[in-house]
Amino acid sequence: MNILIMVIFVVLAAFTLAAGVMVVTVKNIIHAALWLIASFFSVAAMYLLMEAEFIAIVQVLVYVGAISILVLFAIMLTRHVTGEGVRQLYKRWWIALIVAAALFGVLIVPTVFNYEWAVQPSGAQISIASTVEIGTAFMREYLLPFEVASVLLLVALIGAIVIAFEERSTRRRVLTLAEEVEQRRQRNESLRLAPTTHASETSE
Amino acid sequence: MSFLDIIILIVKALVLALAATTLFAYFTLFERILLARFQHRVGPNRAGYIPLPGGRKLLGGFLQPVADAVKLFFKEDVTPALADKWVYLISPAFATIPALIIWATIPLGCWPVGGDGALPVGGCAPVGGSNFLQLAEISVGILYLLAVTSIGVYGIAIAGWSSNNKYSMLGGVRASAQVISYELALGLAVLGVVMQAESFSTAEIVNRQWGWWFIIPQFLGFIIFLLASTAEVVRAPFDLVEAEQELVGGYNTEFGSMKFALFFMSEYIKLVAMNAIAVTLFLGGWHFPGLYTLAQFVSANAGQWAGNAVFGLLSLGAFLLKVTLLSFLSVWIRATVPRVRYDQLMHLGWKVLLPMALFNVALTAVLNVLIPDNRVLSGVIALVVGALVIVGVAAVNGPRKPPASQVTLVKKSAEVVQ
Repeated sequence: MNILIMVIFVVLAAFTLAAGVMVVTVKNIIHAALWLIASFFSVAAMYLLMEAEFIAIVQVLVYVGAISILVLFAIMLTRHVTGEGVRQLYKRWWIALIVAAALFGVLIVPTVFNYEWAVQPSGAQISIASTVEIGTAFMREYLLPFEVASVLLLVALIGAIVIAFEERSTRRRVLTLAEEVEQRRQRNESLRLAPTTHASETSE
Repeated sequence: MSFLDIIILIVKALVLALAATTLFAYFTLFERILLARFQHRVGPNRAGYIPLPGGRKLLGGFLQPVADAVKLFFKEDVTPALADKWVYLISPAFATIPALIIWATIPLGCWPVGGDGALPVGGCAPVGGSNFLQLAEISVGILYLLAVTSIGVYGIAIAGWSSNNKYSMLGGVRASAQVISYELALGLAVLGVVMQAESFSTAEIVNRQWGWWFIIPQFLGFIIFLLASTAEVVRAPFDLVEAEQELVGGYNTEFGSMKFALFFMSEYIKLVAMNAIAVTLFLGGWHFPGLYTLAQFVSANAGQWAGNAVFGLLSLGAFLLKVTLLSFLSVWIRATVPRVRYDQLMHLGWKVLLPMALFNVALTAVLNVLIPDNRVLSGVIALVVGALVIVGVAAVNGPRKPPASQVTLVKKSAEVVQ
């Protein structure tokens, strides 16, 4: 069973990485979004492999179900980007690669050297992050960060609304059919009053 | 888990998937016949019948779904020249798979196997055994249901984009906007139930409804869930995604043959699954009055196994009966209520259902803390307050006749032009 889990883990990890590489190299931006979703999914599958059901499902719920669909939605609404070949990699991509690798190293190296890895699996069953434990932790030990994060989200929410409202005030209203007919009537009347202007007649 | 267990699990998954597809086929027939009755027509009555003596025909039209399936199989499968091939090919699968896997965590009944094998008292939690009529019991079953529903929209969104057709594209964009908007109200309505049951597990939620269905303490949540789930599966009156007058066919305009059938299928399976979830969360799941007494009687007379079997089959029957009743309600709504406008849709989702759902969460929290022991009292209070809120909101937001002075008739303006 252990070998089977190892095999599944390696396959999932390889797929996650491959999907991640596809996200940044694919020409079509919608395809990139779809590959992003694929990598989110395989991360969720990896959580599931570690028997962290709650985190796996929240990963799907938040990243796949909400964030990615918003990304896809935003891409679809900006018409001239979709379908076109967008060059995602620039000449100096290797610098970005080095920076990213260095940051990752800074994060991972202390963990690897300082953490005492259990060579033998401990016999006791440890439930990883059941919902009850997470809930209690949020309401007791981590109450302050939890509240601060929620206030931050609220501020972001209000900010988004304010931005959307400003946009709306500058947008031109879409006319109803009746108003369009009315406009055309007024234009016709003004044409009848000034029949000598040839330019406006040809434009009709 | 032994090898045999895995094989049984796979067989169960296959049976469940096939049952869901059959359910879809017969739901279409159910809907067509009911719609015909609502509209004073006859409906499908030709394909297949059971002849009775005296020239009478029984169950006229019961082979209609088979005929439809055969027809769809033999249609030409066209791929538009400028479509995005791969995305176009996988989008029907993206739509169908969530609709099928959603059934995995719903407890369809209670047939205790293994363990001590005793009849369940106060819920289906066999000691050391499992419930044969639930494919997977996971501790976060409710979140699983929400997650799977929310990924269902990808099928529609990428189908609309990949067809390279303006109408399809609009259908896809509409679908994603609509589903994102209603997901919030849906999730908050479910949250009320989770707070009431103090568990994320579907089996536990059903067990908690022994003799006290959550429709009473969560009446407001039930109404919100019904509305939001109708919008979530883009069904009439919220089916702007495939508004024929505006979008030809919507996101599936460019799909033909079995690809179209898959979209059609996913929509209907999702609808029935949503009804099944509503039954699980609010209408007591497989509970039914008198079921336990009957099973106990059989168990005493014909042995433990027979008692469990009777209980399992009858609870499955009760569950399906409730789902059928809710499905009838869906068809009824489709036959009665005209399609809403897009701004009305967004207004309902964001300004009506979302605040109501938040209020429901607050109400549940307050009642559960104030009256933790007396579920009858707190339930009745919640029912009354919920009904009052619904009546109040309906009175404030209900349809109103616009004042006559605001209406500009196109006809009048057009006459002036001529």
